[in-house]
Amino acid sequence: MGSTGRVVLVTGVSRQLGARVLTALEADPGVERVIGVDSVAPRFALGGAAFVRADPRDAGVAAVIEESGADTVLHMGLAASPPRAGGRRAARENHVLGAMQVLAGCQRSGTVRRLVVRSTAAIYGVPSGDPEPCTEEASAPDAPRFPRAGFARDAAEVERHVGGLMRRRPDLSVAVLRFANVIGPSVQTPLTSYFGLKIVPTVMGYDPTMQFIHEDDGVEVVRRMAMSGAARGVFNVAAPGAMPLSQCLRRAGRPEMPVPARGLSLVGGLTRRTGMHYSPDQLRSLCYGRVLDASKLRRELDWAPAYTSQEAFDAFVAESTYTTAASARIFGRVTHRVRAAVGR
Amino acid sequence: MAPDPAPRAPACPDTDGPALPPAGGADRVADPLDFFRRRLEGERRVDEFGFDPELTDHALLPLMRLFYEHWFRIELRGLDNVPGSGRALLVANHSGVLPFDALMLQVALRDHHPAGRRLRMLVADLVLDLPLLSGLARRAGHTLASPDDAERLLRREELVGVFPEGFKGIGKPFAERYRLQRFGRGGYVATALRTRAPIVPCSIVGAEEIYPKVGELPALARLLGLPYFPVTPAFPLLGPLGLVPLPTRWIIEFGTPVGTAHLAAEAADDPAAIGAISDEVRGEIQRTLDRLVVERGDPFRD
Repeated sequence: MGSTGRVVLVTGVSRQLGARVLTALEADPGVERVIGVDSVAPRFALGGAAFVRADPRDAGVAAVIEESGADTVLHMGLAASPPRAGGRRAARENHVLGAMQVLAGCQRSGTVRRLVVRSTAAIYGVPSGDPEPCTEEASAPDAPRFPRAGFARDAAEVERHVGGLMRRRPDLSVAVLRFANVIGPSVQTPLTSYFGLKIVPTVMGYDPTMQFIHEDDGVEVVRRMAMSGAARGVFNVAAPGAMPLSQCLRRAGRPEMPVPARGLSLVGGLTRRTGMHYSPDQLRSLCYGRVLDASKLRRELDWAPAYTSQEAFDAFVAESTYTTAASARIFGRVTHRVRAAVGR
Repeated sequence: MAPDPAPRAPACPDTDGPALPPAGGADRVADPLDFFRRRLEGERRVDEFGFDPELTDHALLPLMRLFYEHWFRIELRGLDNVPGSGRALLVANHSGVLPFDALMLQVALRDHHPAGRRLRMLVADLVLDLPLLSGLARRAGHTLASPDDAERLLRREELVGVFPEGFKGIGKPFAERYRLQRFGRGGYVATALRTRAPIVPCSIVGAEEIYPKVGELPALARLLGLPYFPVTPAFPLLGPLGLVPLPTRWIIEFGTPVGTAHLAAEAADDPAAIGAISDEVRGEIQRTLDRLVVERGDPFRD
């Protein structure tokens, strides 16, 4: 590319993943200039990238996209972590209005060629009677089982708007990334705070299968998606393998507290009080897991995540203060003695 | 190998599990202890469907094996009709109110097939919806009876089992025993055609008599959201005691595989071709059932 390197605009850089994508692209030799945009000041180091503060509720973002002359826009504004203030309503405005502004900016801009939008696996909802690893075709945003509440609803609405843009501007190369739970040493999401609870409430009689993607792999996926123009459409982003929730809790050394399904909403209230925002959909996901089929991503990018789901989770556990479950420690001690006694 | 007369040393090349511990004191204790310690530490692997081979081999199958060996005293026939490796779709008749037939089939193939094959059953969504049962079914390797899941498993060269009769088969009254119900719309044939998997017909005799269903309580079934609420001579009259299956003698026979490789994959969209194959498989199972019922005679003979 040489002198005419890419000009990349990244939104949502006040969040961890957005900031890391920004710095990764800055280091990329194929990129000439990187611009970070968010409605609040960045919490993470952005390196030498330019930062523009723009409120998603006015036309600021669209103007920034047009003026920057960016040829690639990465919309990372949609994230599960709740905003620091304002609650659900503010989050919804941020997600949907923010995305609409970004999309409008891309549509009007004469320079944008590539758009990558971060979405979420929550969009599939959590029905139990569905094929297990689900492909991108499993549910369209306007399918009847369309998620009803919270973050998943925002994501579905954003994806609908992206679909509209794709119809209006077929020349634009668009990729939508439906992320599994991002996890790793430094990520903070509602899920990581859930695993961080002293006693973790689970739904009695259910053990959902969880799937993760390591933060490093997540950043790498977005970077590769930004640089490649060929990969179009919707992609599931998930690490190979899966693990049951009970196994996650064992590995994190967290005692679990099974709660009957009827107490689920009560648990929801409790967890909200501890600073977590769990929508009914997310609570339902504690009953039935969602496993993605990410083979399309591997095929089209010709790349595979460096971490499996289990390795990603272990990386998260290793960096936290979690220890082996007390029960496992005690059991290990007892079996050691038994073995010594029998061996004698 | 330890000199074990019972033919239940599964050749399991894909697990490091202690199939038969050597006769040493420490090892005999350490192996199950080690298993529990690993579980407490969360040291295990499940596949994308939630299948946990270790738990299945060390906890679920041993329990089912008791039923297999001592309760139902199952006789196996035609085991060499099940391929030792590669994909295959096992199609069986379904009966017995509770799906003991699925579990016994799983034990049979794991313990007695020379390749120790793992059977991946396709189950109704109701099972995957219920608390406890859904988790156990997933860990045991079962998944939803949907064309997507079946195809995915077959493409991974797994042995997939299916009961095309579904609830109509397992919940039929005792008077209709060994009369096959309709085989759905033949979706399993379409899946086999698309994946070019051979169909292995399987006839199970004995499961019909474990809970002789003489009636049902539709109102209660509706209330509980179940497809049927069975009444047997012992249940619900004797309460939980009525849940003990009757100790019938079983015969499981695997028939000659129905090849699908010679047919074009387009046949999967041809209802006539699907119907023809489905009828062939269904007829084969029904004929075998009729023969086996006569051969077995009294289900409660020792």
